[in-house]
Amino acid sequence: MPRLTVRRLLVVGATSRIAHETCRRFAAEGASFVLTGRDVAKLDAVAGDLRARGAALAAPFVLDATDYARYPSLLDAAVSHLGRIDAVLVAHGLLPDQAEAERSVEAMREAFEVNATSVLALLTPLATYFEGERRGLIAVLSSVAGDRGRRENYVYGAAKAAVTRFLEGLRVRLAPAGVTVLTVKPGPVKTPMTAHLEQGVLFAEPEDVADRIYAAMTRGRDIVHTPSWWRPIMSVLSHLPERVHKRLGL
Amino acid sequence: MPDMLSKTDTFSTRYASWGRYPLARPAAVERLAWRQALPDLGAFERPVLAYGQGRSYGDACLNNGGVLLDTDGLDRLIAFDRTTGRVRAEAGVTLAKLLDVLVPAGWFLPVTPGTKFVSLGGAIANDVHGKNHHVAGTFGRFVTAMELVRSDGQRLVLAPEREHADLFRATIGGLGLTGLLAWAEFQAIPIPSDQIAVTRTRFRSLPEFLTLAEAAADAPYTVAWIDALSPAGRGLFMQGHHAPGSLPAPSRFKQKLAAPFDAPSGTLNALTVRAFNAVYYRAQRRDVARSRTHYEPFFYPLDAVGDWNRIYGRRGFLQYQCVVPFADGVAVTAALLAAISAAGAASFLAVLKTFGDVPSPGLLSFPRPGITLALDLPHRGPETLALVRRLNAIAIEAGGALYPAKDAVMSPAQFRASYPDWEAFAAHVDPRFSSSFWRRVTAAER
Repeated sequence: MPRLTVRRLLVVGATSRIAHETCRRFAAEGASFVLTGRDVAKLDAVAGDLRARGAALAAPFVLDATDYARYPSLLDAAVSHLGRIDAVLVAHGLLPDQAEAERSVEAMREAFEVNATSVLALLTPLATYFEGERRGLIAVLSSVAGDRGRRENYVYGAAKAAVTRFLEGLRVRLAPAGVTVLTVKPGPVKTPMTAHLEQGVLFAEPEDVADRIYAAMTRGRDIVHTPSWWRPIMSVLSHLPERVHKRLGL
Repeated sequence: MPDMLSKTDTFSTRYASWGRYPLARPAAVERLAWRQALPDLGAFERPVLAYGQGRSYGDACLNNGGVLLDTDGLDRLIAFDRTTGRVRAEAGVTLAKLLDVLVPAGWFLPVTPGTKFVSLGGAIANDVHGKNHHVAGTFGRFVTAMELVRSDGQRLVLAPEREHADLFRATIGGLGLTGLLAWAEFQAIPIPSDQIAVTRTRFRSLPEFLTLAEAAADAPYTVAWIDALSPAGRGLFMQGHHAPGSLPAPSRFKQKLAAPFDAPSGTLNALTVRAFNAVYYRAQRRDVARSRTHYEPFFYPLDAVGDWNRIYGRRGFLQYQCVVPFADGVAVTAALLAAISAAGAASFLAVLKTFGDVPSPGLLSFPRPGITLALDLPHRGPETLALVRRLNAIAIEAGGALYPAKDAVMSPAQFRASYPDWEAFAAHVDPRFSSSFWRRVTAAER
């Protein structure tokens, strides 16, 4: 597989630990970034870190990813800062409180909007952009949680499943245009998003997850599990018959 | 009693010190993620202490029954000027992560301790020293500014001899007791390559060691390994300098090797260590040998084995480091080695170095002119504690001092005797901050 040139990146949800850690690897090579996030102070902290590590440019763009009306100005800003976009990394998301999402329609809708609808909405103009460029990379953080609905996190999982399915189709659509679509499926990672959980042995280090994402992005891969052992695990889990799945209460 | 803590208590082992003795249990841990969004430090009901990488050996990084502020998430660089070598970074970043950025750009840490897996905040809070102490002094001398967050909500930028100079002197080497460090700025030193030119010289006695150290007074880096089980004090004297050559490309991938589980507690004993030391001493055929090496094995020989502290088994070990004045230094060091030898206590790696007269900037800084001896002693229970008390008594009696970062045993009287500025320091301690170490050395003695 030929190595992709990834020097100009648009990163949505750049204050996510995994996204930031991945960007550090590109920054060391002198890459340029347009970074979005909701909190300007946190965004500046990330941008400053990437600049100090060698980024040629790290331009913050304050954005709530569910602010659909601002997508055109985001794309304009990215193109004007970067010239052209080599890769987009979509990493924003939230881990909903499953119990609350079972009680509250509002909480369920918010979780789905942030984790699924806004991701698919963003990819709509971005797919058109890359299709026109006839090159480039779309990398999106989905999750192993999207591979099987589970008792403890099916609201989060359902949204990630939507993302995974969407990317499958998008990959086929964009392949003739020479555009790569990468689905990233992390297991649980030790990040601020999961800091309130008991972080057991299944939790990966963000540095290791970022190493694999970086490798998958530059090698033009379609799907990457982080860590890699989630692939066989999820393969077993997603093939469990419903009858067994139900009895195990997974 | 800390010893009565359950072995399966993950909270106390995750937030342990590097020597795993004593064990302590924080009442709560607060993980810090953003320097701009810190919790209200005045709102905690229990005493607070920042916890970086847990590489202090004793109880300086522990806060039994209190709140630990885990700084691992504060690991961002803020600015790095590649032309001047000025670096500003959040206090939780490790020296390892700083080196990943500095070295490819032709810069190095101005002072580095024997592991790169300490946080920047920890390096400052313990005012660490390295193999260049005799010419460069401590890490604190290179700190140009830092931001201290106090429990009353103040965020103070401290700078040497300028802003809040007293608080600066208290915070350098201040064991994290003056508040939470949000970020620090320091001056790096330029290097031509990532290689070190090393000269190793065998010595057969302590006076021979001192002669070598004096002759190498201008060498940038010096250190000696000493066979703590040999009565005369034989060893290898190493000196090094940054060698010409080329710089590496920025690194992206890291390989980690780690001791995967605890070794049985009896693995290291006087016999195995005696054998190791003999082999190590004789591995070098000639009296003087020259070589070139990457900076990692020169500065961080043990970092290649991730959790090397686990080779000491579950009971952990006591790391010991003292400094004794040059006057009578040889005799006192010989007495220390004799006490260790008499107790049959094995030491895997004993290190000897001379500290120079560059003044340490902190009120509680450990380094001062003299001979410093560092070694680890597998923890065998009361007999090991008794040995450390004997060693402490010898060092303090001689006008020496013990290193708080490596101490779990010194008495309040010994602390007061060897840190005469402690009362001036205490006035700067944040009223909401404390540590297991601080409570121990300021306890009223019966």
